Amino acid sequence: MSELNLTDANFDQEVKNYKDKPVLVDFFATWCGPCQVMGPIIDELSEELAGSGIKIAKLNVDESQAKAGEYGVMSIPTIIIFKNGEEKERLLGIQDKASLKQKLEAL
Amino acid sequence: MVKLNLKKSMEQYDVVIIGGACAGLTAALYTARRELKTLVITKTYGGQAAITTEIENYPGTGTILGPELMNKFKQQAETAGAQIKLGEVNQVTKIEEGKFEIKSTIGAFESKAVILAYGLEQRTLGVPGEKKLTGRGVAYCATCDAPFFKSKIVGVVGGGNSSFDAAEYLSNIAKKVYLFNRSDKFRAEQVLIDQVNAAGNVESMNFTEIKEFIGEQKLEKVILLNNQTQQETELNLDGVFIEIGWITKTDMIKDLVNLDERGYVIVDNENKTSAPGIFAAGDITNTPFKQAVISAGDGAKAAMSTAKYIQMLRGKNGSIGLAPDLTR
Repeated sequence: MSELNLTDANFDQEVKNYKDKPVLVDFFATWCGPCQVMGPIIDELSEELAGSGIKIAKLNVDESQAKAGEYGVMSIPTIIIFKNGEEKERLLGIQDKASLKQKLEAL
Repeated sequence: MVKLNLKKSMEQYDVVIIGGACAGLTAALYTARRELKTLVITKTYGGQAAITTEIENYPGTGTILGPELMNKFKQQAETAGAQIKLGEVNQVTKIEEGKFEIKSTIGAFESKAVILAYGLEQRTLGVPGEKKLTGRGVAYCATCDAPFFKSKIVGVVGGGNSSFDAAEYLSNIAKKVYLFNRSDKFRAEQVLIDQVNAAGNVESMNFTEIKEFIGEQKLEKVILLNNQTQQETELNLDGVFIEIGWITKTDMIKDLVNLDERGYVIVDNENKTSAPGIFAAGDITNTPFKQAVISAGDGAKAAMSTAKYIQMLRGKNGSIGLAPDLTR
């Protein structure tokens, strides 16, 4: 699995300061059913986009409550796509791989 | 790269199954084992079962996590040879007998038969502010989102089992839970009602509907309507869980197959719909009970009927190749 594990500590460096290419962040928790469905989709996406410069990352909302709170995440899974540190798109619930890939490559 | 979706280059399958949960994945397992070229197009893996924490009534598996069971369904169908793709179907068109065109977010496909197995979707209230504040205080899955409302004040909409389940679950997490019910009668089982009454921090508000959700970045308050007195009041809430049941999504199929008065696809005891070549299985059908094991059985029936239908087509067209063994 090549996706990045984000925490409150490394979020700014990995997401906010990342330039030119998008970063997808999957806000999840281990106890959430739909997140477990989303997990393998994120893994596949991460493998397919390896080497493209597009970052695929996960943030455990139980462990990193500060960042989940900062972005007002109140439902999981929530996916936020960032570019140049700015929120570009927010998606709630389970998403399909093809449309995520399309959104990322279009940014 | 697939840039042009020319009709003649459309990918062809024996059967396209719409939906990838208990019914759809079981149907795929069966059609693939019959050596029918099978494609499953689904918005998500596992449907309602995958958002259920634990499943205790699927025989042979003991107590199992919903996503884990659904993953097994998926793997078994794939091992049998089915292709499973994530996408959303938006149109099914009958071109001629035994020839359908399926348009989706991942392209257009052609098939000899179609199995409708995409279940139900959650009913929404359809009031102002609901869409905008979904995921920002307005929620539809208590087991998923309740922990975000620790020590907060929340509401639950509905008078059935799922709303009482949600209220009971939330009563352990939130500071206070309001239960909004349109009438003064509950459809929930008595055992659930007793649990909620025993919780101590749940307040039922009867004859009460939510008229509007208000909030900028997140939900701040709701406007409530008492449908007896027509009086409107405001109530500050951090979250509202909408648990008012499930509905069929019929726009795409209402001109193709017969539906019952509640919008369910009418099937016979072989899971045939009113349209030859279109079969249906699981929660989307008028089958009376909505259960994982029933959907799986239904999926198998729909698949076997599909195999029979395709064999009949092959007979008609006199095409080469052996028909699949139907006695297996």
